[in-house]
Amino acid sequence: MTLDFDPLNIIVSGVGGQGNILASDLISRAFCEEGYFVSVGETYGATQRGGSVVSHIRLSRRRAYGPLIPLGESHIIIGFEPLEVYRISREYGHDAMRVIMNDRPFYPLDVLRQQNDYPDMEQLVSCIRRLAADLKIIKGTDLAKKAGHAQTQNVVMVGAFAGSHWVPLGKERFSKALEETFSDAKLEVNRRAFESGYQAAL
Amino acid sequence: MAWGGASSLEEKSGTLTLRLREKGIMAKLYWNLDQPGKRCMLSGNEAAARGALESGVQVITSYPGSPSVQILECLAAVGHERGIYAEWSINEKVALEIAAAGSFSGIRALSVMKADGLNVALDFLTTLHLSGIDGGMVILVSDDPGAHSSVKEEDSRYLAPPAHVPLLEPTGPQDTKDILIWAFDISEKVGLPVIVRLTTRICHARATVTLGRIRTGKGSPRFPVETRFITAGRFHPDAHKKLDLLQDQFEASPFNLYTGAEEPELIVFTSGVSHAYALEAVERLDVGERIGVFKIGTVWPLPEGLVLKVLKRSERVVFFEEIEPFLEDQTKILAAQHWDDVGPLTFLGKRSGDVPWVMKPRGMGEMDPDITTQALAKALDIPFKPGAVRIKEEIKRLPEMDLPLRFPTLCPGCPHRASYWAIKTALELDGREGVALGDIGCYALGVLPTGYGTIRTVHSMGSGLGIASGLGKLKEMGLDQPAIAVIGDSTFYHAGIPPLINAKNTHSQCLCIILDNDTTAMTGHQPHPGSGLTAMGEATPPVPVAELVRGLEIPLTIGDPYQVEEVIQTILGLLGKGGPQVLLLQRECALKAGREQVFPRVYVDQEQCLGDACGCSRLCGRVFSCPANIWDEEAGKAMIDDVLCMGCGVCASLCPEKAIVVESERRKNDPGF
Repeated sequence: MTLDFDPLNIIVSGVGGQGNILASDLISRAFCEEGYFVSVGETYGATQRGGSVVSHIRLSRRRAYGPLIPLGESHIIIGFEPLEVYRISREYGHDAMRVIMNDRPFYPLDVLRQQNDYPDMEQLVSCIRRLAADLKIIKGTDLAKKAGHAQTQNVVMVGAFAGSHWVPLGKERFSKALEETFSDAKLEVNRRAFESGYQAAL
Repeated sequence: MAWGGASSLEEKSGTLTLRLREKGIMAKLYWNLDQPGKRCMLSGNEAAARGALESGVQVITSYPGSPSVQILECLAAVGHERGIYAEWSINEKVALEIAAAGSFSGIRALSVMKADGLNVALDFLTTLHLSGIDGGMVILVSDDPGAHSSVKEEDSRYLAPPAHVPLLEPTGPQDTKDILIWAFDISEKVGLPVIVRLTTRICHARATVTLGRIRTGKGSPRFPVETRFITAGRFHPDAHKKLDLLQDQFEASPFNLYTGAEEPELIVFTSGVSHAYALEAVERLDVGERIGVFKIGTVWPLPEGLVLKVLKRSERVVFFEEIEPFLEDQTKILAAQHWDDVGPLTFLGKRSGDVPWVMKPRGMGEMDPDITTQALAKALDIPFKPGAVRIKEEIKRLPEMDLPLRFPTLCPGCPHRASYWAIKTALELDGREGVALGDIGCYALGVLPTGYGTIRTVHSMGSGLGIASGLGKLKEMGLDQPAIAVIGDSTFYHAGIPPLINAKNTHSQCLCIILDNDTTAMTGHQPHPGSGLTAMGEATPPVPVAELVRGLEIPLTIGDPYQVEEVIQTILGLLGKGGPQVLLLQRECALKAGREQVFPRVYVDQEQCLGDACGCSRLCGRVFSCPANIWDEEAGKAMIDDVLCMGCGVCASLCPEKAIVVESERRKNDPGF
């Protein structure tokens, strides 16, 4: 199987603290093992806590690309938070963009401070749907809680991405990356989280 | 990362490894594998650590600074195994001196610092070309184009010429590993330290890297009996000779590479990660046959013969580089000197406006593949617009929606939030328009709404205290506003002690508030001299801040920031006293505490909460602004997000109706996450 595009560009989008880096790490290692050239650009650090964060993942069979995706060139968006998905899709979405997203909102401080309102959720989802060529909504946080811990929503979403079969990579590559990262009880919880996301996206 | 489900494989192997995991360095310690030829994903920082291992480095020093903070952590984690000495030094100047000790004793040494740190180390760095060195010595300096985790976008390349230190720039993680090995060879060949300049998009990028062979260091260090390392102006000519000697090495360097047409319409001169963006621009515009790309790894001094040779290929040159037009200026100087030979030439760059400065959220020095593509398209007169076509059209038809931005916030339970609440309130109650001055650390967020905009100056490490002690002297000239400096514990050790002694010596009327959270929090909880722990995980007697201040015989008050009312009264009292005063507010970083300790459950008793009828203006959430204090829209009352809450209970002490309950029974933090 080949990539739909080369380079294939994926953005993982979320809020600082939600586990973007772990998600992009799992995905990038899975593709690296398969022999792809993989480049990842991250935003992180204490200054990003609570802020919008994105990981750019670039896959190629031909050569190593730079760490940043050009505007309008993200073919897939894996979103942990709907407002962030909408924000990033408007700038980075490719015309054939596909989105897989957890629709649980994470309120910005400005909203808590009543300086601003969070957009109406139905309207937000409908806007994303109009921009995306394909949209899968995953109850990521609920599935994570069922798997054993709300914080594993990042792994649920990686599972959902694997289950979407939008990329030519077998489930076992993802599982192996997971096993290299976790052990014992944590591995069990994360395996359940991955599996529930995988099933939800099939 | 503590919130994010990050976890570890080998947590039993020690706390250092665990701490690495918590900061985004996960999975196996790939940078430490004895598997030459293995292909794996490494960040630029991990690749730098790997490069150090493949160079046989034996001493590595640093002070934590983003974006290069993980390099020392990677090496400290394997220090015992690899026979490496790694330390978190008190500041970058001392770090460089420790590294020099290794070099003077004949072994290879590496010092890592962010651009701001290079300024601190500069006084020492500018002596080394005169004194000379012995073992290979490399300084990894990380610049932060876009100011992602810095207060400024400093281009450290400009400091190489006055220091007479050659400077190299890699283009990505693989190149970082490889160039570091070469840098050590060069350093030993010419007898100068070498700077390797990294940028954020290299340090924090990850890419497929092929591992080489790990090299064991030379072995036993020995300070040579017959050699001296003396700084004196009379050695200046020798330094120039060394730089001349370097020319041959640089001319032949594998890190300079020209690709593309023989006689192109336009040549791209580029260094660092911009090289990747340049190649992408050529590919996107499909102009491979019209242009040439010249990647320059040896940025200062320029490899003159090679540059002149490339300049002769075309009459037009465009420059892609991050932050300032350094490469552009250096090339122009060289071309001017040889104009009869290489001219006429047209230079397109930041100086001419052909490569635009693009303002992003925090700065304008970062490059990206759209800036390069647009600049190249303009230079070749090709129409190009970034962005997707259909999506842009669709957006025009979508309903207008206000998209609230997310500003960085202090974490739930952060002691700094409580401290800022107390400082802000005390200054208001004092009523003399007093000012609070800050500097660098998590507490710099005191300039934002999350810290109530309490902080009025931010500059460099320790500078709030220096400025406050200056304001304290202006009282004699009639300035009647109280001056408060806030400074973190790690920053205090780094740069706070001299200004405090200065304030004592001049009897300046200022209040120094030390926000002691028992760690270097901003960069991810590195130990400092007060922690009692070394970088390599060994116990060491701590140097407590309180003892230092007492030793200076400066009046010291100690408080707990969570006891907000008490702290307000203490500050008010101290503002009325003469001479410098120190208030030490001690409370462990909530993120760190949350990982290690049990904490009480805090909840809102909605029977007690009066909602908007209270008149408190939603004090706990809207005003106090802790992300865990949310609003229950259905009930019209306050509530607490028990996933985010750390149980500090500060909001409970602020609530006018005492509607927030701190359960006395403590619950255990889930050890798994």
